[in-house]
Amino acid sequence: MLAYVIRRLFAGVIMLIVMSIVTFALFFASPIDEASFICGKNCSAAQKKQTSAAMGYDDPFAEQWWKFAKGVVQGRDYPDDPQLRETAPETIVHCDAPCLGYSRERGDTVTNLIKDTFPVSFSLAVAAFILWITGGVLLGVIAALKKGTVIDRGLVGLSLIVYAFPTFFVGLVLYKFVAIKWGLTEIPRYTSIAEGGVGGWLSSLTLPAITLAVFFMAAYVRMTRSYVIESFQEDYVRTARSKGLPERTVTFKHALRAALTPIVTMAGLDFAGLMGGAIITESVFNYPGMGKLAVRASQDFDLPTTVGLVVLLAAFVIIANIVVDLLYAVIDPRVRLG
Amino acid sequence: MSTTSPSTSATTATSSAPLLAVRDLQVHFPTQDGVVKAVNGLTFDVERGKTLGIVGESGSGKSVSSMAIMGLHRGTNAKIEGEIVLDGVNLLDISAEEMRKKRGREVSMIFQDPLSAMHPYYTVGNQIAEAYRVHHDVSRKIAKQRAIEMLDRVGIPNPDKRVNDYPHQYSGGMRQRAMIAMGLINDPNLLIADEPTTALDVTVQAQILDLLQDLQREFNSAVIIITHDLGVVAEMADDVLVMYAGRAVEYGPCKEILTHPEMPYTWGLLSSVPDLTGDTDARLIPIPGNPPSLLNPPSGCAFHPRCPHRDKVPGDLCRTQLPMLVPGQRGEMHTKRCHLPNADAIYAAEVLPVIAPDLAEEL
Repeated sequence: MLAYVIRRLFAGVIMLIVMSIVTFALFFASPIDEASFICGKNCSAAQKKQTSAAMGYDDPFAEQWWKFAKGVVQGRDYPDDPQLRETAPETIVHCDAPCLGYSRERGDTVTNLIKDTFPVSFSLAVAAFILWITGGVLLGVIAALKKGTVIDRGLVGLSLIVYAFPTFFVGLVLYKFVAIKWGLTEIPRYTSIAEGGVGGWLSSLTLPAITLAVFFMAAYVRMTRSYVIESFQEDYVRTARSKGLPERTVTFKHALRAALTPIVTMAGLDFAGLMGGAIITESVFNYPGMGKLAVRASQDFDLPTTVGLVVLLAAFVIIANIVVDLLYAVIDPRVRLG
Repeated sequence: MSTTSPSTSATTATSSAPLLAVRDLQVHFPTQDGVVKAVNGLTFDVERGKTLGIVGESGSGKSVSSMAIMGLHRGTNAKIEGEIVLDGVNLLDISAEEMRKKRGREVSMIFQDPLSAMHPYYTVGNQIAEAYRVHHDVSRKIAKQRAIEMLDRVGIPNPDKRVNDYPHQYSGGMRQRAMIAMGLINDPNLLIADEPTTALDVTVQAQILDLLQDLQREFNSAVIIITHDLGVVAEMADDVLVMYAGRAVEYGPCKEILTHPEMPYTWGLLSSVPDLTGDTDARLIPIPGNPPSLLNPPSGCAFHPRCPHRDKVPGDLCRTQLPMLVPGQRGEMHTKRCHLPNADAIYAAEVLPVIAPDLAEEL
């Protein structure tokens, strides 16, 4: 078990390295002239050249990547210029490990930017996850157990409709009507636990979490329903019935347990994806999360932030994969780790 | 439709009340394309300690009938009519809860593929003990002890350790043994074995059949064995019921049916069984064509489109009129659903010499 985890983590690190090389290469190949952005509009050609050299943009790709990778482990200085360090140390920014780069546009290290935005995205992801898992699985199971009835058709039809609505539409409807027009909730503004306590934090999350959750919930209702229905067709459910078990035991002990296994996988990966920020929801509600940061970074051609976010999201997905595989082995005795 | 009178069935003549009496059983499934008539007018008896073999192709209604006896069609859209009397109680009249209490206790079932028939997430012991606990108010510990005893009885080595294994850790034969242990743990009066050896290799098949016979003697249960393998029937069954397109087409004592079959479908089944000890000149003759649609069965005798002997029946009877299940030329015990007037003679003259020349010479 432990050996397996270590091996998977090791493989994960290698995947992350490859991932960072690929993202790095993509942006290295982009036509954006980072030096002239930093230098400004009224920059002479000589100044531009100097900036480019000082920022290390003239170095070969491999060296730039190596500096980035070293920065993740050791931290680094921006610009890493020994001469400048002596003459004007106040212009140098030190970026502590794990340093994912320095964003000139935002005037802060990427690590700090992520530190500021991650709690928002994470809170949102957790709140939405709890809502959609309980709601989606519960309603999906109900639909499956009432297969063919009005309840089933209603739930399936409803989730199809909800699934078809774009997230920004649902978000805007909630924002405009529930919060502003009807005043049922406060106008959502992210409040951390430190600012507003657990209550304030939760209530600030309500509308965005619902926005995010309904889409997933709709998908999970239909997915759960089909897994449960499929599970009831299994031979072992017939065996359970033929033993004379009450329908309750047949349903919960035999059919549902098997049906929920694939849902764990889906849920783990979806959750990991969300931790990297819910771009649309955060934008609609103007939440200072990683999704919003990613949007702004890509609008501003903020390469260091973009690369940092991509690598972080990749790390989340890799870790979630490992966790899901471990969970699988706990749920299904046929799965052997190794 | 078949005759419903018990006098036409094979075994009622020999004892008072059989353990299981199925009378004119009919199982229909309404579908969007029409009604699937899976079982039609099926009548048979099984006595305590005896074995009935139900033989037929896939889709002939074997499994559907046994599921009806188990009450496993309850809650589906199946339309069931007739009578299934087990120990004096008509199982079609009792409530779902009463049926549930009989399931696994008075009548239990073992299935074809024990790997898919056991839950992959629970230990074998858990699943066997569960079958015991649902009908007996005992602690988990006692139920587990009982499961270990049963595993030991069906020949699982180290049962006290293997009880904690998962089904995938058992071999195919062991899984089927475990299924049998699960089926017999409540000492049921009737055990239905649905193709219990189909998924197993031949040596293991023989072991499982031996085990079933031993246990049947020990527990004195009645057994219905559903199979398409006449070899299994020959070894296990006291009576044989041959089914085709949801109907009984031949019914009688095992030896009688296997040596003097009077229905061309049974001949076809016999012709398609290889005989290892027999003459190498003997031919294996498959039954031509495919099983009929149960949605839209052929008119008259359902077997007539595939029957090589239909020309011998005068007046197109096979195509127009469904034959009754009536005694043939060999007495009340042996009933058949066929218009052929002199079936026994045709079998001896035309079929037997082809499939078993050496046997034909002896006659």
